[in-house]
This record gives sequence, structure tokens and C-alpha cells, in this order.
Amino acid sequence: MQRFSFFQLLRQSFGNHVGWQPHWRAAAPKSSYDIVIVGGGGHGLATAYYLASEHGLTNIAVVEKGWIGGGNTGRNTTIVRSNYLFEESEALFEHSMKLWEGLSQALNYNVMYSPRGVLVLAHNTTDAQVIRRHVHANRLAGIDNEWMTPEQAQAFCPILDVSRNVRYPVVGASLQRRGGTARHDAVAWGYARAASALGVDIIENCEVTAIRRDARGAVSGIETTRGEIATHKLGLVTAGHTSVVAGMAGLKLPMESYPLQALVSEPVKPVMPCVVMSNSIHAYMSQSDKGELVIGAGTDAYTSYSQRGALHVTSQTLDALCELFPIVRRLRMLRNWGGIVDVTPDRSPIIGPTPVEGLYLNCGWGTGGFKATPGSGHLFAHTLARGEPHAIVAPFDLDRFTTGKLVDESTAAAVAH
Amino acid sequence: MLLIRCPYCETARPEVEFRHGGEALMERPRDPSRASDAEWIDYLYMRRNPKGPHAERWRHVHGCGRFFNCLRDTVSDRIVVTWRAGEPVPEVTDGDGA
Repeated sequence: MQRFSFFQLLRQSFGNHVGWQPHWRAAAPKSSYDIVIVGGGGHGLATAYYLASEHGLTNIAVVEKGWIGGGNTGRNTTIVRSNYLFEESEALFEHSMKLWEGLSQALNYNVMYSPRGVLVLAHNTTDAQVIRRHVHANRLAGIDNEWMTPEQAQAFCPILDVSRNVRYPVVGASLQRRGGTARHDAVAWGYARAASALGVDIIENCEVTAIRRDARGAVSGIETTRGEIATHKLGLVTAGHTSVVAGMAGLKLPMESYPLQALVSEPVKPVMPCVVMSNSIHAYMSQSDKGELVIGAGTDAYTSYSQRGALHVTSQTLDALCELFPIVRRLRMLRNWGGIVDVTPDRSPIIGPTPVEGLYLNCGWGTGGFKATPGSGHLFAHTLARGEPHAIVAPFDLDRFTTGKLVDESTAAAVAH
Repeated sequence: MLLIRCPYCETARPEVEFRHGGEALMERPRDPSRASDAEWIDYLYMRRNPKGPHAERWRHVHGCGRFFNCLRDTVSDRIVVTWRAGEPVPEVTDGDGA
């Protein structure tokens, strides 16, 4: 692997920048691997990286039906935070947050993690109570989060309108200062590059068409559009398509796939110093380093794999944002798109083994998986390598729908997801 | 936005008049106290979530207020057919389903 450094940059500058090498090897599938990860998004690539770097397992393949980071990794609004309510979720997302903080150094790749602060708006008494409860829960768990008055929120984000005479008045807000954004493509590329350098095969344009099982019912391999691959351990990290892939092994999951929409505006000069989100409106907004305002809207009402959604969903978000941020009213939106998110009944992920021997799941991240990318990969790698769940992900097993011990972040957030 | 034909009002109306009611053709365990955990889990949580033709329920909340069934392709979002709750699944004649 060609390491990135100041001297490397200097050297390549003198060579007219023609000496840079591809970030990862374009691998062809071998006939068998110890572990195969299905899905070359951030979570899958992170899993492969940590399997190689922390568990010394390098006979690993990541198979991806399209190109690296071309699914939800390239379609999300890049927000990083860990201000969840329940202890189980706090442990999971804070584990990820700690990895974000050192990720660029660990991967020798600038993932542009920017802890610029995440402001969560309260618009009514219920919101204020719910959000303050989150603040207290987070502080008890040692996670930074603080309550702010509307005036303090406006001082932190000057373009926010906190007057009371609007549809969604701001009655207060919480601020997680360590929260922020990261560059989504760089996360996928950085993990792919580092994993590839450690010997992991990253196989693009390779769609899984069937899962093979032996006489005992255990996983024995997969069939793909680039041939058959034998393996006894298969990790599915396929987000919105997990029901489809798990169905190849005869597994039915507590999961539905919905389109979640996002859009970006034309680029403008820096106006927004932080991330602002509102659960009541289901709106997210931040400004990319390129100057575009990145806006996250809600999910559509119905299940779909179409990667697009209806206009009335985004216009509801935009109407509210135009009131909250009067400065954006005349901005034009350049692009909009949808990603297919895998929503579980309790809006918490599913990580761990399944009733099918050798088949492991890392899915159900729903509308908020990007922030968990490093932690998800790290803990899932542990789970795959040892064959049993890491203590942090143990509460997120598939069995919780049988025992009833749900991690119910959907009611905790008090919003329609 | 989808244009959905309500089989009671017999007219196609915009999606915002309706509320999505989840997967259709699921039967609640007939004898709740005798149903096993597995049957309850299957009914409460497990979903087909197919990529392709999908039977689902909609409710015409801003119209007649009634639930009905709908066959929609989840790849193209094209609605193939809608029919009244409790009636048999209609035969789809055009066959392409997409």
C-alpha cells in the first residue's frame, strides 16, 4: 500500500501525479474463503478490515453486486452522533464514536471526520421532555450532551430562526459537541484500501444469486454472477436487501425495506457551522465542505426497493426547513435520491448469528447506519471471528424478538420513523 | 406520489388520501392462547418484504375510511390491482406484474 504523507505528496507532485497507485486491488474470486462478507458498503468493508487487522484473518472476501460504497454508503447524509436513549444503544454508538475519533490515523486515509456539533431541535413540550430525557441518560452514561435554550441554539447556529410565530417554533435543543459529519465515500474507500492491503479480496460486480447449504443445513458456499465460492462463514451486510439475500437461505426476518430520501442544494459559501436535526419534522441539515446543504428527509409510507421516493415527502421537510432557516428559501436543490433502508420493529439493528449455522447478520440499521460504520464493523468482526457475539452487540441478537427484550429506540425517539 | 384506486369509492386518488397498512393477507392466530411463541413471532414481527409483487393493505383515511388490499410491485412501485378486504385475490390478467 502506498502510504499517504506529506513526503509522498511532495514526491508525486514532482512526478506530475502519475505515480499514484489504485487504492485497492481489483481481485477475482478464488474458489474458497474462510469468511465471505456480502455487501461492499462501509459496514461490510469495515468488518473485513477489522477481521484482518484485529483477528489476523486474511483469507476473506467482500463481494459487492455493484461498486464499493455505491449503495446506502453513498446515499446517506453523513451524520455522526451517539446520543441514543437506552444503555444498549449508547454502548453501541459510543463505541463507534470513539473509533471515528482516531479513524483517519488508523486507516492512513482522511475520512474528514468533523466533530462540529449536532443540534437536535425541540418544537413542543413533548419534544422538550423527550430530548431532555436523552440528555440526562447520555450524561449518566458518560456521553456528552447538553440542553440549550432557543437563544443558545441560535448563538451556536446563527441561521436558525427561533421566533415563536412559526409552524415549528424552537423551544429548546440538545447539543452533542462531539457529533458531526464524516466523508461517506472516504470511509468506504479508506476501509477498502486498508483491508485490501492486509490481503482481503474486494470483489466488485459480483452479485450473490444463491446460498448453498450442506446436508446438516449449514452454509457451505454461495453462487454469484462471477462463479461459485465455497465458505463456511457468511456475513450478510446488505442493508435494505437483507430480506432478499437471507431469503436465499430460507430465512424470514423481522424487517421491512423503505425508501429514505435525501437531497443537496447548489453550493454556497459557509453558512452552517453544525448539523441540525429535528425528529418532529424528520429533517436533517448540514453543509458539506463543497458548500452544498445536505438535507435528509423522511421515509415513504410504503415498502419499496425503487431507490426513489415521492415528492410530497421531501416537500414536507423542505417547507419546514424554509421556515426554520429563512436563508435557504431561494436555494435551488441540485439532486435528490432515495436509499433503501432496512427497518426493524424496534428500530435497532440485528447483529449476530442466525438459526442457519454459519450465517451471520449485520443489518437493520434503518435510517441511521452511517454513524455506526466503524463500531458495527469492529463488533461484527469480533462476532464472526469468535463465532459468538461481542458483549456490546449481544442485546442486538435476532433472538430478542422471541424473548421480547427489544431495544425500543423507536418509541424512545417519539417520532414516526 | 402513487395514484391508488380505492375499490370502495371506485376512483383513483392521490396517495396522500391513504394510509399504508402493512403486509396484507396475514392471519392473526385464531386461538390466541393456544398459539405457540413461533406463531406469534411470525405474525407480529416477521415480514415477507419481497422485491417484486407485494400484497399490502391501504386505508382510505381521507375518503371512505375503509381498509382494502393492493398488489404493488416494490421495484417499479406500479400498482397492479386493488381489491376489497375479505374478497378473494383477483387474477391478474396482464401478467407482466411490473
